[in-house]
Amino acid sequence: MTRDITVTINGEQHTVAVEPRLLLVHLIREKLNLTGTHIGCDTSSCGACTVLINGKSAKSCTILAVQADGASITTIEGVGTPEALHPLQEGFRECHGLHCGFCTPGMIMRAMELLEKNPNPTEEEIRWGIAGNLCRCTGYNNIVKAIQYAAAKLRGEETPSTEPEFV
Amino acid sequence: MSTYAFDYARAQSVDEALTLLAGHDGEARLLAGGHSLIPAMKLRLTAPTLLIDVSGLEDLAAVTLDGGHLAIGALTTHRAVETSELVRTHCPALAEAAAGIGDPQVRNRGTIGGSLAHADPAADYPALVLALDAEIEMTSRDGTRTVSADDFFVDMYTTALAAHEMITRVRIPVLGHGEGAAYAKFANPASRYAVVGVAAKVSLADGTCRAARVAVTGAAPKAFRATAVERRLAGRPLTEAVIAEAVRGLADPNELLSDLSGSAEYRAHLCEVMATRALREAAARAA
Ligand SMILES: Cc1cc2nc3c(=O)[nH]c(=O)nc-3n(C[C@H](O)[C@H](O)[C@H](O)COP(=O)(O)OP(=O)(O)OC[C@H]3O[C@@H](n4cnc5c(N)ncnc54)[C@H](O)[C@@H]3O)c2cc1C
Ligand code: FES
Ligand code: FES
Repeated sequence: MTRDITVTINGEQHTVAVEPRLLLVHLIREKLNLTGTHIGCDTSSCGACTVLINGKSAKSCTILAVQADGASITTIEGVGTPEALHPLQEGFRECHGLHCGFCTPGMIMRAMELLEKNPNPTEEEIRWGIAGNLCRCTGYNNIVKAIQYAAAKLRGEETPSTEPEFV
Repeated sequence: MSTYAFDYARAQSVDEALTLLAGHDGEARLLAGGHSLIPAMKLRLTAPTLLIDVSGLEDLAAVTLDGGHLAIGALTTHRAVETSELVRTHCPALAEAAAGIGDPQVRNRGTIGGSLAHADPAADYPALVLALDAEIEMTSRDGTRTVSADDFFVDMYTTALAAHEMITRVRIPVLGHGEGAAYAKFANPASRYAVVGVAAKVSLADGTCRAARVAVTGAAPKAFRATAVERRLAGRPLTEAVIAEAVRGLADPNELLSDLSGSAEYRAHLCEVMATRALREAAARAA
């Protein structure tokens, strides 16, 4: 028993027949082949599946595709290009904000909304702001720096030092 | 596939949602933020045959000031409660509790109505609505009724809500002069659910406590009021010594939950600590 839904993903409209029980993350990864959005836990805990739904960060493993009917979704594929990285992507690269990279798409999608709402966050606001995203590699310090780097760049300020921190 | 199969309908009005609900004889469930229901369905703990998506009912997603009450629509997200100027002004403890739910992504989706209807023993709002003496408005095709928070929570995941009813609003008396409220939670470090959370509301006159309401979540199968503590505070100045004496023995470990987050004895201890913190802060705000 499928139904047609229409979603705009990264600016492109798709009409897809889905079963009501299909999760949004499966629509994105398996039907639309956008595999930048990851599944880390499948239990709403890790944030690897974070996408923007009408500008709001959400865990796409805990949302049905049918709930997103009519919505505008941004995934990591819709952020920057290899030639012109988004300041967050640049920040993660410059500040060593990733090791294995599995959490990175979710971290970046979450940080997009964080910086949109709060362009000049304190370190504490960044740490609470990414509380729904787990990273098993970095220890978070360089992720915080990456977001600070992007925040400064988006504000048009000089970017902070990108020396990695080894703890 | 992650869940059993089901059908899905997006309700355009409360009436439509109620008609669908009534027509499915307990087999249909409302879907609000989905952040308790979808995880439960993935665990195959529940298998509704129809989900009625009410998240688009904008009328029920607003906070208004209605006489001496804050009226919070059932579909108001945790994020909207956290950032509402009305809530921050008239009941900051509620905004603070909302800000401590889960994580930002969870708060973008989850709703106050969904949280109350789900009645998770570790959820935050149950303690708040009990301490703040809220009323929960529910509607069905038979009409609308209002139940006080005191009568709403029945047991773990069980409330006064009938299968064909929908929560429409939560009405919370605004804090008056000399009143203060606060919430103190010991959160599970991973999920942020309450291992123990205590909400307190006090009203002071001439430095003396006229009345106090103290409610605990996370500790027991359902949120409950610590009425003995409330009685011991009435008529006394809220000094550290009075609070310490009043909260002693707040909960009996034999009635508390024991799980990976903490033993019943540990939770009983946390009840006293969190009640002390909530009362101290509520008293400071009331003064
Ligand atoms: C990772 C994670 C962390 C979390 N941490 C916390 C936390 O720290 N504290 C906390 O309190 N909660 C926490 N939660 C739960 C979260 O707050 C949920 O959003 C909330 O419990 C349910 O609200 P919902 O809108 O998502 O409801 P749904 O999941 O849509 O629905 C839950 C139940 O309520 C029913 N329902 C929904 N709306 C209504 C209505 N208007 N009338 C009648 N019935 C209705 C549904 O049919 C269903 O049975 C967490 C959840 C996750 C996934
Ligand atoms: S995969 Fe969605 S939160 Fe982990
Ligand atoms: S870089 Fe490996 S999980 Fe974050």
